[in-house]
Amino acid sequence: MHNLVNFLTAGILATAPLLFGVLGEILTEKSGNLNLGVEGMMFMGGIGGLLGAYYYGLSTDTPSTFVAVLLAILCSMLCAGFGAFLFSVLTITLRANQNVTGLALTIFGVGFANFFGEAVAASDPNRVLAVSESVRNAFNGPIFPPAMVQIPFLGKLLFSHNFMVYLSILLALVLSLFLYHSRKGLNLRAVGENPATADAAGVNVTLYKYVATCLGGAISGLGGLYLVMNAACGVGGVWVHNCIDGYGWLAVALVIFSVWSPSRAVLCSLVFGGLSVMRYYYPVSWIPSTIYDIIPYLTTAVVLIAVSIRNSRQSQPPESLGLAYFREER
Amino acid sequence: MTHKVAAKKEPLVRLVKRDKISTPKKWAIRIAAIVLALLAGSLFIMILGHNPAAVYADMVNGSLGTKTARNSTIRLAIPLLGTALAIAPAFKMKFWNIGAEGQIMMGAIAATYFALFWYDRLPRPVLLLVMFLAAIVAGGIWGLVPAYCKAKWGTNETLFTLMLNYIALGYERYLQHGPWIDPKGTGFPIIAMFDPSARLPKVLGIHIGWIIVLLLTVLMYVYLKHSKHGYEITVVGESQRTARYAGMNVSKIIMRTMFISGAICGLVGMLIVAGADYTLSTGTTGGVGFTAITVAWLAQLSPFGMVLMAAFIALLGKGANTIQTNFQIPASASKVLTGTILFFMLGCEFFINYRLIFRGRGRKEDAEHA
Amino acid sequence: MQNNAVSMRGVTKRFGEVVANHDVSLDIREGEILALLGENGSGKTTIMNMLSGIYYPDAGQIFVRGQEESIRSPKDAFRLGIGMVHQHFKLVEVFTAAENILLGMSGNGRFDKKTAATEIAALAQRYGFDLDPQRKIYDMAVSEKQTVEIIKVLYRGADILILDEPTAVLTPQETEKLFKVLRNMRDDGKSIVIITHKLSEVMAISDRVTVLRRGEYIDTLNTKETNPQALADRMVGRALKLNIDRPEPQNPQTRLMVSKLSCRSPEGLRVLDGVSFEARSGEILGIAGVGGSGQRELCEAIAGLYPMESGDIRYLAPDGKDPKGESLRGMSPTAIRALGVSLAFVPEDRLGMGLVGSMGMVENMMLKSYAEGKSFLTDHKPSKNLAEDVRRRLGVVTPDLKTPVQRLSGGNVQKVLLGREIASKPSVLMAAYPVRGLDINSSYMIYSLLNEQKKEGAAVIYVGEDLDVLLELCDRILVLCGGQVSGIVDGRSVTKEEVGLMMTQVKEDRPHDA
Repeated sequence: MHNLVNFLTAGILATAPLLFGVLGEILTEKSGNLNLGVEGMMFMGGIGGLLGAYYYGLSTDTPSTFVAVLLAILCSMLCAGFGAFLFSVLTITLRANQNVTGLALTIFGVGFANFFGEAVAASDPNRVLAVSESVRNAFNGPIFPPAMVQIPFLGKLLFSHNFMVYLSILLALVLSLFLYHSRKGLNLRAVGENPATADAAGVNVTLYKYVATCLGGAISGLGGLYLVMNAACGVGGVWVHNCIDGYGWLAVALVIFSVWSPSRAVLCSLVFGGLSVMRYYYPVSWIPSTIYDIIPYLTTAVVLIAVSIRNSRQSQPPESLGLAYFREER
Repeated sequence: MTHKVAAKKEPLVRLVKRDKISTPKKWAIRIAAIVLALLAGSLFIMILGHNPAAVYADMVNGSLGTKTARNSTIRLAIPLLGTALAIAPAFKMKFWNIGAEGQIMMGAIAATYFALFWYDRLPRPVLLLVMFLAAIVAGGIWGLVPAYCKAKWGTNETLFTLMLNYIALGYERYLQHGPWIDPKGTGFPIIAMFDPSARLPKVLGIHIGWIIVLLLTVLMYVYLKHSKHGYEITVVGESQRTARYAGMNVSKIIMRTMFISGAICGLVGMLIVAGADYTLSTGTTGGVGFTAITVAWLAQLSPFGMVLMAAFIALLGKGANTIQTNFQIPASASKVLTGTILFFMLGCEFFINYRLIFRGRGRKEDAEHA
Repeated sequence: MQNNAVSMRGVTKRFGEVVANHDVSLDIREGEILALLGENGSGKTTIMNMLSGIYYPDAGQIFVRGQEESIRSPKDAFRLGIGMVHQHFKLVEVFTAAENILLGMSGNGRFDKKTAATEIAALAQRYGFDLDPQRKIYDMAVSEKQTVEIIKVLYRGADILILDEPTAVLTPQETEKLFKVLRNMRDDGKSIVIITHKLSEVMAISDRVTVLRRGEYIDTLNTKETNPQALADRMVGRALKLNIDRPEPQNPQTRLMVSKLSCRSPEGLRVLDGVSFEARSGEILGIAGVGGSGQRELCEAIAGLYPMESGDIRYLAPDGKDPKGESLRGMSPTAIRALGVSLAFVPEDRLGMGLVGSMGMVENMMLKSYAEGKSFLTDHKPSKNLAEDVRRRLGVVTPDLKTPVQRLSGGNVQKVLLGREIASKPSVLMAAYPVRGLDINSSYMIYSLLNEQKKEGAAVIYVGEDLDVLLELCDRILVLCGGQVSGIVDGRSVTKEEVGLMMTQVKEDRPHDA
C-alpha cells in the first residue's frame, strides 16, 4: 500500500511535464498547425526558464524567490513561444511544409538549449548553470500545509505536489472550457477544421493560427521548465546536456491518444507518467532495467497502432491539420 | 483622383502565385537564404563576444585546412550522405520516416553481432559481407514495421518511427549493459572493440564507405528518376488515389520503399561501426538520422544535391568542434546554425513560389498595361 | 427608381497571367433579385468574391450605398451587410448548425447556445425554412446545408445576399422552394444576387439580369423585357448551338452487365443499393442524379476501385465467344487489365485521381502503362509520342510537354486525361462530369470525342449534372437516387421534368423500361 502511494505520487509528478507538452500541442493542433517541434520547444522552455532565474539571481543581492519563479515561468514561455513563433512565420506566413519545419525546430531548439546551457555554464565561476536552493525548493515543495499532506493515503496523493502539477491540471480545465464553451474557442476549432469556412465567416484565420501556435508553444515550454527544475523526474535546477530527451515526442504522440481533448489529455499523461516511473516501484526481476526503460515508448507504439486500427468519426484530428491556408488559392 | 483614394485603402502587401521562375533565379534565392542564415548565425556569435568573420574562417580552416581535418570532415559526411539517400525515397513518397536513427542502430547492432561473435570463424571477406547483409536486413525490417502498420491501418508513421528509435536505442543499451558487455572493460559498461578482421578496409586514407555512398548516390538517382519503382514512389507521394487508379498496389509500394529506406540506414550503421568507431555504443548514431533529414530536404531530395549538402553540414559539424577548442563556443553551435539554415531554406521556397506586390506597385503596372 | 445598394466600377482581377475580370462595372439595386449570368469561367464568381472580401481587386472601385469602400476581408463585407453563400459550402462538418451560424460572430467570453438556438429557429421561421439548429452538418442533406448557409448570412444582418449557383445541388422541387424563400426576402427589402448559368432560372426568379462573358461585362437587361434566346446570345457571344450531336447507335451489344450491385462506404453507409443495368457498345448511357447519389461509387466499383458488398459486374468481350462474360468482381484495376478488358475511366477528380498534377504530359501518359515490359527502368519514348499525338489531335495548349499539368487550364487538363484514356482504344469508356468547369468550346469538343468513341463501338457511360446535356447527348439515361436506380429511360423521349422527378424519388413499381 505504501509502495502504491509512493508510485502514484511519483507518477503524478511525472505527469505534469507531459501534460504541459500535450496541452500546448492540442492548442496548436486545434488551429490546424501540426508542430512536431514540441521537443525543441521544451528544450527552449527549459533553458529559457533556467536562464531567467539564474540571471535574476546574479543580478541582485537579495533575490526574491517569488520573483525568480515568476521570471522562470515567464522566460520559459517566452523562449518556447519564440520557437513557436519561428514555426508560425515559416508555416503560416511562408507556407513551408509543417513536418519538416517542426523537425527543423527540434534540431534548432535542442541545439539552442544545449548551446546556451553550456556557454553560460562555462562562464560561471563554478562551471555549472544552476538556480539557487530556494528557487529549486519552490519548484519542488508542496504548496498545501503539512497537515493536509499528512492525511493518510489521500494527503500525499492529492496535496503533496509542487505548484506546477496543479498548474498543469488547472490549465487543462481552462483549455477545455475555452475550446468548448467560448466563442473564441469555437472560432479556433473552426480554423483548424476548415479555415476557408472560418475565413468566410469573418474569423481572422492568420491571427488565430499565430496566437494558438505561439501560446501552445509557450505552454509546451513549461513542460521543459518542469523537467529542468523538478528533482524527482528531472534534473533539479541545473543544466544537463540533452536533459529533456524524448518527452516532447511522447507529448506529440499523447495528443493522438487523447483525441485532441484536454480532459482526456490529463488521463493519458497520467498513464504515461506512471509508466515512466514504474520501474522504480515495481521492478520485475526478469526484466533488465534497460528494457524497462523503453516501456513508455513501446506502449506508445502499441497504442498508436491500436488507435489507428480502431479509427472512428469521433477520434479524428482537426480536418485541415497540417495544411497551409491561402485565401486566394485557386 | 479616385484612384488615389483607393490606393490608400489597399493592403500593404499582396501575394501572387508565380507562374514560372527561371532556374538561376531559383538558386540565387536559395543561396541568398544560406547567406542570410549565416548572417543570422553571426548575431549569435557576436552575443558571445566573438568576431563572426574570425569564427567562420576558423570553421572553414578547421574542417578543410589540413589533410587530417579534410579526412575527418569526409568521415562525418559519409553517414550523413548515406542516411539522406536512405530518407529520400521515403520523403518523396511523403512517408515521414524520422526513424533513421533507429534503423541505423539496428543495422549497427546486427553487424556488431557478427563482428563480435563470428570474426574468428569466418574469412574476412565473408565476414564483412555477412555483416553488410545482416545490417541491411535488420535496418530494412526496422523500416518495414512502421510501413506495414501505415499501409494496413494508416498508423501515424512520424511518431511510430520515432518510438522505434527509442526502442532500438534501449535495446542497444541493454546489450551494452548485459549480454555484450566487454568483460575486460572497467568502469562504465562498454562493448569491446572489433577485431581488425571485422573492420572496413581503407581507400586513400578513409574507410571504403565513401566509395559505397558515392555509388549509392548514382544508384539512387537512377532509381528515383528512371526506374519503375521511382515512378511509383512519385505517384504515391503525390496522391494515393491516383496510384490506385493507375492500378498500383499502394501498400506494397509503401512497404517496399520503406524496406529499402531502412536497409540503406542499416548499411550506414554498418559503415559507422565497422568503418569509423570499431565498436557499438549508445552514441553510434549521434543524431545522424535527424541531421540527414536536413541534408535531404536542403538538397530538395536530389541525390547529387545531397552530396553537396552533406559536405556542407559535415563542414559545419567539424568546424563547430574546432571553434569549441579555439573560441570555447559550445559545439552545439553547429546544430543552432544547421537549424537556422534550415529555417531560412524552408522560408525561401515561399519567395520561389510567390511574388509580393507592394501597395501602389500593382496599379502602376495596370496603367502600363492599359 | 430604386437606389443602388452596390455599384462596382472598372473592377479588374488577375490570377497570374489569367485575367479573371477585366474592367467590370455593375449595379445591384435595393430590393431586387439580380441574376448574374455567364458560362463557367466567365468570372461571375470572382467578381462576387471581391464583393464578399474573399479576393481583393487589382483595380477598380466598389461603392456600397453610395460610399466607396475597400473590402479586404469577409469581415469587412459583413460590416457592410454583404453576405455570400458559396457554391461549395463553407461549413464545418463536425459542428452543429447553430455553431456554424455563430462562427466568427463578435462578442467575448462564454456564449449561450440555447438563446442562440431560439434566435436561429425564429429567423428560419420568418422566411419559411426548416432547420434543426442542434444537428451536426455531416448528418444533413445538401439542401439543409444550404439552408444553414443562408441563415448564417441572415443572422449576421446581411441585406445584400449573394448566392453562387444555389440550385446546382438541388432537385427541381427544392429549387422551387428556395425561390419562394428568396422572393420572401426580396419583399422584405433585401438585395439578392443569384449567380447562375441556367437561363430557365434567370427567367423564373430575377428582376434584372447582368451578363458576363470571358471576364468582361456584356449587358444588363430587365428580365421581363428579354427572352432566353437573347440572353443566351449575349452569354456565349454567338447563337447558342443548342443541339449536341447524337448519332444513332450502330448494332448495340451488351458490353457490361451490372446486376444487383451494392456497396457500403468505409463509414458503413449504403451508397449503392441493388443497382442493375447494362452498358451497350455503340451507345452513350447517361447517369443522372443529384450530386452524391452514388455516381462516384458506381464508376469506381466498375473500375475496380471501390469494394463491392454484393452483386456482380460482368464484362462481355466484343468477340462474343463467352455469352455470360467474365466477372470483374473483386478485381483490382491491374487484374481487370490483365483480363484483356480495355476499360477507360475519366474520373471526376482529374488532378487528384486521373492525373499526377506535378508531372508533365509525358509522364502522365504512362500512368497506366508504365509497368509494361520487363525492364526495371521506365521507357519514356512511347509516352512521349503519345503526348505529342494528344497535344496535336486535341489541341492541348501547354508551353512544354514537361510542364506540370496542374499549371494548365481546366479544359487542357481534361483533354490530357481524356486523350490518354481514348488512346487505349477502350471497349468501355466511363467519364464522370467530364465538362465540369470547362468553357463551352472545350465542352463541345468533349461531346464530340465521346460520340467518336461511341461510333468506334465503345460502350460509353457519361455521368453528368446538366440535364439539358444529358437529354441531348445520351441514348439512354439511368437515374440514380440515394444509391438506388430510380429508372432507366430513353434519352430521346424523356422530358426534363420526368428526370427531375426521378432524381428525387424511387418508384418501386416503375418497370426498368428502355
